[in-house]
Amino acid sequence: MNQFNYLHPASTDQAVSSASSDGSKFIAGGTTLVDLMKLYVENPSTLVDVNDLPLAQVESLPNGGLRVGAMVRNSDLAFHPTVKEKYAVLSEALLSGASPQLRNMATTGGNLLQRTRCPYFRDVTAGPCNKRNPGTGCSAIDGFNRTMAILGTSDHCIATHPSDMDVAMTALEALIFIEGPKGKRSVPINDFYKLPGDTPHIENVLEPGELITHVEIPPAISTKQHYLKLRDRASYEFALASAAVVARVEGGHIHSVRIAMGGVGTRPWRAHEAEAVLTGKPATPAHFQAAAEAALRGAKPHTENAFKVELAKRCVIRALKVATA
Amino acid sequence: MAERPTLRDDQQLLDLEPLSPSDNSVTDDASSIPSNLGRVSRRTFLSGLGATGLMVSAGTFALAEEESGTPPAQENPSISRSTTINGKSYDLTGLDPRVTLLDLLRERIYFTGTKKGCDHGQCGACTVHVNGRRVNSCLTLAIMTAGKEVTTIEGLGQPGNLHPMQAAFVEHDGYQCGYCTSGQIMSAVALLKEPIGTTDEDIKQAMAGNICRCGAYPNILAAVKQVRGNASA
Ligand SMILES: Cc1cc2nc3c(=O)[nH]c(=O)nc-3n(C[C@H](O)[C@H](O)[C@H](O)COP(=O)(O)OP(=O)(O)OC[C@H]3O[C@@H](n4cnc5c(N)ncnc54)[C@H](O)[C@@H]3O)c2cc1C
Ligand code: SF4
Ligand code: FES
Ligand code: FES
Repeated sequence: MNQFNYLHPASTDQAVSSASSDGSKFIAGGTTLVDLMKLYVENPSTLVDVNDLPLAQVESLPNGGLRVGAMVRNSDLAFHPTVKEKYAVLSEALLSGASPQLRNMATTGGNLLQRTRCPYFRDVTAGPCNKRNPGTGCSAIDGFNRTMAILGTSDHCIATHPSDMDVAMTALEALIFIEGPKGKRSVPINDFYKLPGDTPHIENVLEPGELITHVEIPPAISTKQHYLKLRDRASYEFALASAAVVARVEGGHIHSVRIAMGGVGTRPWRAHEAEAVLTGKPATPAHFQAAAEAALRGAKPHTENAFKVELAKRCVIRALKVATA
Repeated sequence: MAERPTLRDDQQLLDLEPLSPSDNSVTDDASSIPSNLGRVSRRTFLSGLGATGLMVSAGTFALAEEESGTPPAQENPSISRSTTINGKSYDLTGLDPRVTLLDLLRERIYFTGTKKGCDHGQCGACTVHVNGRRVNSCLTLAIMTAGKEVTTIEGLGQPGNLHPMQAAFVEHDGYQCGYCTSGQIMSAVALLKEPIGTTDEDIKQAMAGNICRCGAYPNILAAVKQVRGNASA
C-alpha cells in the first residue's frame, strides 16, 4: 500500500479538523479500507484513526428508539439485548454478514460506507471502472456481471451495494448523524445513498471531512421482522439477494409494512411500491407475490444476472411469510 | 545460521517488511525474540531470488519516519505507543504505519504460528485475539493495537502446557495440513466467551470465519464441542 500519515485524535472535533485535508480518510475497523489500500484502490495520504472517539455506546432514546454510536462494533450491536428484542431484523442482518472476526472489527459507521465488491473495482489492473477511475468506462456491463445489480443501475455503473446491515437500517428508517467542518446535520438513510448515474464514484451525501457520529433508529412499527439472505454458500459470503421486512399485522391484514432489499440494488433498496401493494391487504401468499412483482418491476438484468430477478422475488415472498407468521 | 542480506538503502521489498538488523523500528529486549531467528526467513529466500519483479524504488516505499527521524504525526500524546503481545510489551515508536499486525507478528518478531492465507480478510488463518476478542490480523494495522493486548497461538499454550482447545484439536485430529489450525484454535477459544447458541449449527456458524481447505470441519466441530461441554459442565 502507499505511504500515509497516521493521526490518532482523541476528540470528535480534532478528528473532523484532522480529516479536512485532501486525501484524508477516517479509519474505524479497517476491514474495508485496509483491504482496498492493499489493492491500491484506496490511496489515502492521511489516516485519521477514530477508534478512541467516544462513539461506541448503544443507548435507548426517550421516544423508544435507539441511538447507536458510529464506533459500535457489528458483533456488539447484533448481540445487544434491545436490538435482539426490538430490532431483530437488524440483529439477523448483522449476523448474516462477513465473519465473527470481521464483525468484531467492523463498525456501524464503517459498514454504512463499505465499498462494492465489483471485481473490476477491486482490481486496478482489470481495466476501465468509472467508480475507481471516473470517465474510463464500465468493464462489468459487458463482462462478468453475475453478482451485479439489477435495480438503480446506469450506463456508467451496475455495481451492487454489498451491505446487509444497511438493508435492515433502511427498512427501520434509520437517521444518520453527521459532524463536519460546517457543523452538524442528520440525513435519513433513504436520502444518504446516491444512485450511480454518471457519477458512480460519488456514493453518498457525505462531504470531505464529514464524520458519522451515530445513527438513530426510530421505534419499529412492529416486532414482526425478518432478514433473509440468499447467497452462493451458507456463510461468509455476500448476498445475491436479501430482504428485510418489518410488518404490522392486525386481524390478518397488513396494517403497515417496510421492505428493503440487498444484493440487487446499487444502493440499499427500499421497495416502496411493494409496500403500497400490501398495505391494507390480507397477509396471504397471493398478496406477497403481487408485492414481490411490484418490487422488481423496474429490474434491468444484464447478461449473467437475470436469475436475480426471480431470486429476489422469492426472497421477498419468503421474508414476508416468515415476518408475518 | 543463515546469513540475512541487507537490502540496498534505495530498495524495499513490496509489501514485505524488512528484517534487517538496522531496522530497529520495533524495539524489544533480545530475550523476548524467539530463538528461531536463525531459520531461513522468507525475506532471505525472496532476496535470494535476485532482482525479480519484487523490487521497487524507494521513492514509494521508504519508511518515512526513518528518513525524517521523527515518528509519524500524532495528535494525542497520551496515547500509548506500545502494544503487549503474549504478555510482553513492544515499542511501536517509529513503526511504519503500513505494517499490519500479521506482518509485525510474522516478519518482525517471529511469532510465525499465525498464518497468512489470503491477506484480505477472506480466510481466517490470521486470527488472533486483541483484548480477548478475535480479529483478522491481516486487516489490522499494527499501530492501531497500541495500548492493547494481543494474544497469538504461541501465547495460548506451548507444548507440555497446551490450552484445552489445543489439546482437543490434537485429540480429535482437527486438522490435516495444519495451515488453518492456529486460526481455527484462536477462533474456537474466542467463541467460548461469545453469546452463541448450543447447537452444532450454532458452532458451525461461529466457526464460519475460518476456512479449512483440507476439510477437517467435522473433527474441528468435535474438538470445539468437547471443550464447550467441559466448560459448561
Ligand atoms: C471477506 C469479507 C467479507 C465480508 N462480508 C460481508 C457481508 O457478507 N455482509 C456485509 O454487510 N459486509 C461484509 N463485509 C464488509 C464489512 O461489513 C465492512 O468492511 C465493514 O462493515 C466496514 O466497517 P469498518 O469499521 O471496518 O470500516 P473501515 O474499513 O474502517 O472504513 C470504511 C469506510 O468508512 C469510512 N469511515 C469509517 N468510519 C467512519 C465514520 N465514523 N465517519 C465517516 N467515515 C467513516 C472510512 O474512511 C472508509 O472509507 C465483508 C468484508 C470482508 C473483508
Ligand atoms: S460496475 Fe461500477 S464498480 Fe464495477 S466496473 Fe462498472 S463502473 Fe466499476
Ligand atoms: S490472512 Fe487474514 S483472513 Fe486470510
Ligand atoms: S488443516 Fe489444512 S487447511 Fe485446514
